[in-house]
This record gives sequence, structure tokens and C-alpha cells, in this order.
Amino acid sequence: MTTTAPSTPERDTAPATVRSWHQPQLPRGAGWYALLLAVVLASGLHVGLGLALIPSLLVGWTVLGLGLPALSYAIEGRRKAFDRLVTVVVSSAFALAMVPLVSILWTVLKNGLPVLSSEFFTYSMRNVVGEGGGIYHAIWGTVLVTAAAAVMAVPLGLLTAIFLVEYGGEGRLAKIIRFLVDVMTGIPSIVAGLFAYALFVIFFGPGVRMGFAGAVALTVLMTPVVVRSCEEMLQLVPNELREAAYALGVPRWRTVVKVVLPTALAGLVTGITLAVARVIGETAPLLITVGITDSTNVNLFDGRMATLPVFTYSSIMSPGVPPEPSIARAWGAALVLMLIVMVLNLVARLVTYFFSPKDKR
Amino acid sequence: MSMRSVLRDSATAPVPTASAAGTSPRPAAIGIDVEDLDIYYGDVHAVRGVTLAIPAQSVTAVIGPSGCGKSTFLRSLNRMHEVARGARVEGTVRVDGRDLYAPGVDPVLVRREIGMVFQRPNPFPTMSIRDNVLAGVRLNGGRLKKDEAEAIVERSLRGANLWDEVKDRLNRPGAGLSGGQQQRLCIARAIAVEPQVLLMDEPCSALDPISTSAIEDLIGQLKDSYTIVIVTHNMQQAARVSDETAFFNLAGVGEPGQLVESGPTTKIFSNPDNPSTEAYITGRFG
Repeated sequence: MTTTAPSTPERDTAPATVRSWHQPQLPRGAGWYALLLAVVLASGLHVGLGLALIPSLLVGWTVLGLGLPALSYAIEGRRKAFDRLVTVVVSSAFALAMVPLVSILWTVLKNGLPVLSSEFFTYSMRNVVGEGGGIYHAIWGTVLVTAAAAVMAVPLGLLTAIFLVEYGGEGRLAKIIRFLVDVMTGIPSIVAGLFAYALFVIFFGPGVRMGFAGAVALTVLMTPVVVRSCEEMLQLVPNELREAAYALGVPRWRTVVKVVLPTALAGLVTGITLAVARVIGETAPLLITVGITDSTNVNLFDGRMATLPVFTYSSIMSPGVPPEPSIARAWGAALVLMLIVMVLNLVARLVTYFFSPKDKR
Repeated sequence: MSMRSVLRDSATAPVPTASAAGTSPRPAAIGIDVEDLDIYYGDVHAVRGVTLAIPAQSVTAVIGPSGCGKSTFLRSLNRMHEVARGARVEGTVRVDGRDLYAPGVDPVLVRREIGMVFQRPNPFPTMSIRDNVLAGVRLNGGRLKKDEAEAIVERSLRGANLWDEVKDRLNRPGAGLSGGQQQRLCIARAIAVEPQVLLMDEPCSALDPISTSAIEDLIGQLKDSYTIVIVTHNMQQAARVSDETAFFNLAGVGEPGQLVESGPTTKIFSNPDNPSTEAYITGRFG
């Protein structure tokens, strides 16, 4: 018996020395102090001794990455030291990954914000030389082409996902479809554009340009993304709910429509929104299929349309004389595109928040 | 006793349901005859040679160690096991004289008469308490007038001993209730379509003792109107709630499960014929 009282004879045979549970520790926040020290060191090297920025940062980082674990090893022991080392490595990787993101955001905001004006949003580029003009036509084009792509890709992708999760299971057909969807995910966007272009050449002859062809190209890119995200969301619906419906004598299709889809609604909408955000910035396929124009064209089936990504591209590549206003407009269009994607992500978040099943309210 | 009067009310009120196509009075609860039933999952022989008569309007408990095919057997009684891929059965199951596995029998129609309550409460998370109760009718495309719907909701929730606890918050989500309340909501949902048989797969194993006691009381009331088959790991529960007991066991390691013996609960628990039944009940194995 291990639970006997201390007075029993067994207790006397226990080892005489009792191991301590205490271990010296670095003060709380030691990691942050070390980081501060490293930053001070790096800026001292950079500003004080005139060392270049990158080497200064590298020296500071090395001192932090080696010094903190070494100090910890001396005081806290091996396990804590390793913990500190890994913490430094993981945090550094995160910081490094944030650098390009912040840099892009900063650059686009810095160059794009001054361009934004009411004229920029309400004028097309028709008969504009030099300064002035706007992206009214490109916003329309992007919205229409992307919406048309979503109208085609969402039912296709959602129904495929429903088949895969609710009907296909682990069957051979489902496995083949999963494989093909994976292959489709990897199609380079330029290939999708060429496919759509070749398809429309069959019907309209060489040199065809129309918004709908771009929508078809985007559909090719968007469908596998929708399938994948919707499939994951449908798989998250607990099987118990399906069984509960079956046990009430509900047929399978009604179970899908009335139980599975409403339960997964928030996730499905989020997945679809993110798929839209994924294709809205595609440039290459639209360059081939839709082209670019200076005028506003809201007819998807008739001729060239301007879209934000292609507008950005052509404004940079063929700016005209003088080039500065055109390049500024390119930054403005890039900023607007980024804002649209951010708004879409925000909408997805809100939908998740408002539509997900609530436990208590 | 309140149960009786509630059900009598429901019999007189013309409440359309998915199962009863209109005016015919509710038929008497029915018995189940299982004859030489074998259940397979693909190549796996899960249950072998079960022959069992389940009397009507009583509680039959199915007990036995884990993995002996109790749940599989229970699910074969309303063809829920077919949800798993490759499941098939041999033998016959007759419910009220009708062969469950005759060719042309639609499992969807079977399940509307043979309800099921699961181990873990599973109310539909997108639906309110009211909609959960009405789910069986609504999901099958039934259109209800408001007063009919209210009648079904009140009758079912009273039948599940939940009415007094939730009558002021019928529009709240069903998932907001406690575990025991959720399980009673699931029972209300099952009896809302007026099934003949109620299958319960360890309905209390996820619940605390107080909720368990509430459900056991409920089972005692429901057996006046329904044929109940309950799978349980809890021997005391089987002894408390059931009239008949069937003991399942594995024929051996890697062998299919089989019915060892069945009979009145008092006999199985006091004087079983088979030594392995006695060993299981007295806690010497399993």
C-alpha cells in the first residue's frame, strides 16, 4: 500500500534525502529584456558605429539567439534553455514572415493613398492623356468578371463537395474526383487563361476578347478551391446530426439540404468568399482573354473590358508620356484591389460570426 | 399518469404526422420478432444467429461487454446500420408481422415508425427547441398549421418530461440546454413523429446521475405507449428499467457477437441459465 500513514514501518524504508522541487529561474520577462538588449545593441552598431543595417540586425539576432539560451543553460538547466532557443527561432521566423507583408502594405498605402480621389473612382480612362482619369471602368470589369466566375464556380464546386462528402465517401469515383480536383488546384493561372482563350476561339475566331471568357478562365481556377474548402466544411458537420435525421426517417437529400448545409453555412460562405478573394487578383488569364480598354464596358459578352489587375499591369508596362500619372494610377488601382480583398475577408468573418450555430443566446 | 392523458389527448386531436396518413387511430404498440439474424460489415461478421422475441409495450434491455454487437443489433432493428458502407444482414426481423428486410422495403419509411435515441445527445444546432421537436415532421416535408405545431411541441415535450423546463424558451437554440435536457429533447424529437418502437443506444452514458434518473423515469412512463429496446452498459440501469433482458457476448476472441440468453429481467439477474451471464452480471468479467 502506498497510501499508508507516515507512522507505518514502510515509511521508514523511504530514501532519507528528499529531492528538491526548486530550480533557479531567470526573472519574469527575461526574454523581453533580452530582446530589448539585442535591439539596443543592433541600433548601437548601426547608428553609433556605422555598420550597415542588415549586418547589425544579424549581430543583434545572433547575440539574442545564443546569449539567452546560454544564460538560461547556466541558471535554469537544459530543458528551459532549449525552450528559450526554440522560442527565439520560432519568433524570428514569424517576424521574418511579417517583413514582406508589412512592406507590401506600407508600399501600396504610401504610393496608392495620394491617388485616391472622387475623380479616381468615378472616371474611366477614356480620352485621358497624362494626369486625371480613374478606374471606374476597371472596378466594373473586375466586379462583373469575378461575379460571373463565382456564379459558375460556386454551384459547381459546392455540388461537387456535397457529392464527395455525402455520397461518394471512399468510393472509386470519389477518389478519382478528389485526385482531379487536386490536379486542378495546381493548374498555373496562365494555362487556365490559354484554355479559356482556345475555347472561345473555337466559337468566335482568333483574337476574341470578352469578359465572359475571362470569367470562364477564373472559374477553372476557382472551382477546385471552392470544392476543397466546402469539402472540409461539410466534413466538420458531426455524423451524429446526419444519423439523427436518418433516424427520424428523413431521406438523405433532405438531410443534406435541411441539416448538413445549414449547420455548415458559415464555413461554406467563408470558404466561397476566400475563393473569390483568391481569384479577384488574377492577372495573366484576364490579360489573354479580356484584354484592356480605356472605356467603360459592362457587357460581359461584347469585347474588351478593363479589370483592376490588368489595368495595374498595363499602366506600369505602357505608361505613356509623361509616365508619372500612369504609374501613380497603377498604385491606386493596386490599393483598391487590396481593399476589395480585405473587405471580402472581413465579410467572411462577419458571416462566420452571425451565421454559425450558437450554443447560448 | 400524465403521460397517459397526454397521449389520449393526442389520439382525439386530429394531428397529422409523417407516419399516419391522416385519420386512422394510432395502432397498438407492436412487438419485434428477430429470427436467426446475422449482421456483416463487409467481410466482418459482427453478430451471429440472434433469435429474440421482443414483447410489445415493454422495455427490453440489451446488455453485454463492449464490442459484442449490442449497438449493431439495435441499429439493425431500424436499418440504421446501413448508414455504414458494406453493411448487410441475413435472417428476418418482423415488426408487427411485417418483414423489415423484405425486398422493396424503404428504410426511410421504416425509420419513421421506429425511432432512435443515441448515446450522445444530438439536437440540431441550427434549430430552436421548438424546431428540433418538429424536425421529424418538418424535414419530411410536412406542413403544419401553427396550432397543430404547437400541439405537437407541447405533447412531445410533456411526453419527454421537458415541457416545464423549456416552455418559456422554445425559441432558444436546442444546443443551449444541459446534457440531460438535450437528451430529453432528442427523446421528444423522436416521439414527435409518433413512432411505434423506440430504440435507445446507451441513452444515459453521457449523462450525470440526476439526468440519468430523469431519463429512467421517462422510460418507465413511455413503455405504456411504446415498445422500447435499450442498450446499456449499466447493469443497475438494466435491472431498474427493463422488463426483459438480453445478454450478448462475443463467441470468442475475433469471433462475432451472439445472443447468450434472454428472458425476464428478474430471472436473468437472479437465476441465469448460462454461467457466463452470471459471471458478467456479478462483475466477474466485462
